[in-house]
Amino acid sequence: MVSPSEPAHLLVVDDNKINRMLLSRSLELQGHLVETAENGREGLEKLRSGTFDLVLLDIEMPEMDGFEVLEACLNDVELRQLPIIMTSAMDELDAVVKCVELGAEDYLTKPINPVLLRARINASLEKKRLRDEQRKLFRTFATKEVAEELLRTGFSLGGKQVNASVLFADIRSFTTIAESQEPAESIELLNEYFSLMFDAITNNGGTVNQLVGDGLMAVFGAPIFFDSHREKAVRAALEMLEQLKVFNQGRSHQGKSQIRIGIGIASGTMVAGYTGTQSRAIYTCIGDTVNLAFRIEEYTKEALHPLLIDNYTRQGLPENIAVEELGKVFFKGKNHAIKIFAVM
Amino acid sequence: MSIIDLNTYNTLKENTGTEFISELIDTFLEDTPNLIAQMKNALAEKNAESFRRAAHSIKSNAATFGASQLAALARELEGMGRGNNLEIGNRLEPLEEAFQKAKSQLIELR
Repeated sequence: MVSPSEPAHLLVVDDNKINRMLLSRSLELQGHLVETAENGREGLEKLRSGTFDLVLLDIEMPEMDGFEVLEACLNDVELRQLPIIMTSAMDELDAVVKCVELGAEDYLTKPINPVLLRARINASLEKKRLRDEQRKLFRTFATKEVAEELLRTGFSLGGKQVNASVLFADIRSFTTIAESQEPAESIELLNEYFSLMFDAITNNGGTVNQLVGDGLMAVFGAPIFFDSHREKAVRAALEMLEQLKVFNQGRSHQGKSQIRIGIGIASGTMVAGYTGTQSRAIYTCIGDTVNLAFRIEEYTKEALHPLLIDNYTRQGLPENIAVEELGKVFFKGKNHAIKIFAVM
Repeated sequence: MSIIDLNTYNTLKENTGTEFISELIDTFLEDTPNLIAQMKNALAEKNAESFRRAAHSIKSNAATFGASQLAALARELEGMGRGNNLEIGNRLEPLEEAFQKAKSQLIELR
């Protein structure tokens, strides 16, 4: 038994009045709000002027047929995400297959069986809800391009070797700050802080992929590779520090304590991909480079410098970003000392 | 082949309600003669596409009510239209007869 779905706003496009009546009736009995269109042209006009959750689209129609409407929707940024279920006669299966290959969500054969109708509609709406949530989430964490790329390629678990830069950032002695104020104030502080840091990161093409307490991890150059990932990561870090300066000025006017952060960046090869389960996965990177970035970030406390990078990252920087060599440092888990640079 | 397949008809009625099916039958009885007229016009104008479309709609609607005989005849004509073959002889006559039979039974059932 399929559970009853939330009411949705649906469009039925069919040139046959009996089919329109029947489909509308079945869908209304399932609790949905239904509008109809008599041909493809009218259907597309309605889609462009309204907000629908799903379309049931006939293939054979005068003026503009189902293929043409489907193609128009797939080529329209606003309508691309709309689930389209093709409705067709049994003997039009070839056409249906073509539609599904083009990008239709699913199909139903006429006369339409209400049990199948309910199941397909609910499944499509559920998928749409998940995709919408993902999109919202991705847009918060990544640039629009990366978000769309992630949605397009889908969540295939499993990784690939990439060359990228990883950035870790952490608030110094946040626990002490948190203990000295109300819990709500700490959360508000974190939210304001993260929104500034996210902007700095996504402005420079990075993707924030993990938040742990007051710490964050971001990756540059994956999932979409770009050559300048080392420079972009450092520019993001500089912008983060700049944003923080402004943030702290605001806090000092309010008589609040100053926030200090440490940022560590390392670049190189790493394994990037989705980890988790099909229902709950995150995009992340693992490997020595990632561990190194984390260790470098920790080292900022000792080095008394807020932004430290490894040698490979430094080699990717243009001359106008000044760095100072701090010498070699032994890190836990590394069998040789690593050259560390402070970005000035 | 039955005029109206009661299994299909009763399922439709259960799924949509007595009042609604009555409305649906009215629409069918109103629309089908128009579609048959469209087929005749299409034949006169040698418009195979228009002929095929009308046959397609009749087929689809007839199948909805379980009017199997009518659906089968319409499917055959649709196929001829698709093949651009309008040499249909007197095949419209049995189609009209099948519709009349389906009509009487649907009026009784409703």
